[in-house]
Amino acid sequence: MPYGEAMLTIARELVDKIVAHARADHPDEACGVVAGPAGSDRPERFVPMENAERSPTFYRFDSMEQFRVWREMDDRDEEPVVIYHSHTATEAYPSRTDVSYASEPNAHYVLVSTASEDDVEFRSYRIVEGVITEEPVKIVESYG
Amino acid sequence: MAIEVRIPTILRTYTDGAKAVDATGATLEELIGDLESRHPGLRDRLVDDSGLRRFVNVYLNDEDVRFLGGLGTPVADGDTVTVLPAVAGGAR
Repeated sequence: MPYGEAMLTIARELVDKIVAHARADHPDEACGVVAGPAGSDRPERFVPMENAERSPTFYRFDSMEQFRVWREMDDRDEEPVVIYHSHTATEAYPSRTDVSYASEPNAHYVLVSTASEDDVEFRSYRIVEGVITEEPVKIVESYG
Repeated sequence: MAIEVRIPTILRTYTDGAKAVDATGATLEELIGDLESRHPGLRDRLVDDSGLRRFVNVYLNDEDVRFLGGLGTPVADGDTVTVLPAVAGGAR
C-alpha cells in the first residue's frame, strides 16, 4: 500500500507550474512529474515531460526522457511523488486508460482539467491495483 | 559476472523487494527466460504473445531496446538492463 497521508500536500508554486504547463500545451495533454526525497511524500522538484503522443486524448512519456529522468531521481535518492497530466476536454478524473497504465503505487496521480477557460480543476488520486481513491489536496505556501 | 537487471517498484513483489537482480543470457529473450526461472511470474509482466509489452520500456544500458533488436537484442556480461513501466494514460 502507498505510504504517506491520504492527502496531497503541495506548495502553491508547484501547483502554479503544473497548471501553467497544462495551459501552455492545451489542447494537447500535458504531463510530467514532481520528484521528492524517497519516502518523504513531499513533492519538490518540478520536471515537465514531453508528451510523446502530442495528443488531445492520450499521453505517454517519451521513453528516453523517462529513462534519463528516472535515473536522475535514482541518483538523487528521489522518487516521483506526483505524476501529473491534463485532460483537455473532460473532467479531472482518471479514465479507464489512466487506471490501466498506472504503475507507480506510491505516486499521487494529479489530474488537471483545462476544459474550462476560466477555471482549472486540480485533483489528486491514488491508483493502486486498479482502484481509484480521490484524496484532498492541501496547497501550502511552503513546507515549513 | 552477470547482467544486472533493474526492477521497478511495481514489479519488486516478484523479486522479494530487490531493486536489482542478476540474470544471464545471450539475448534479451534468454535473459527474460532466466529471470522467469529465478522469479516466476516476471516474464508475463514483460512480454506477451506479440513480444515486449507495449507499455513496458526495457533499456539495454542507455538505449531503449525497441531501437535495438527488441527481444533479439544481444546482451553480455557487464551490461545493465533497466525495466520501467511506461507512464501513460489520457482521456481516451
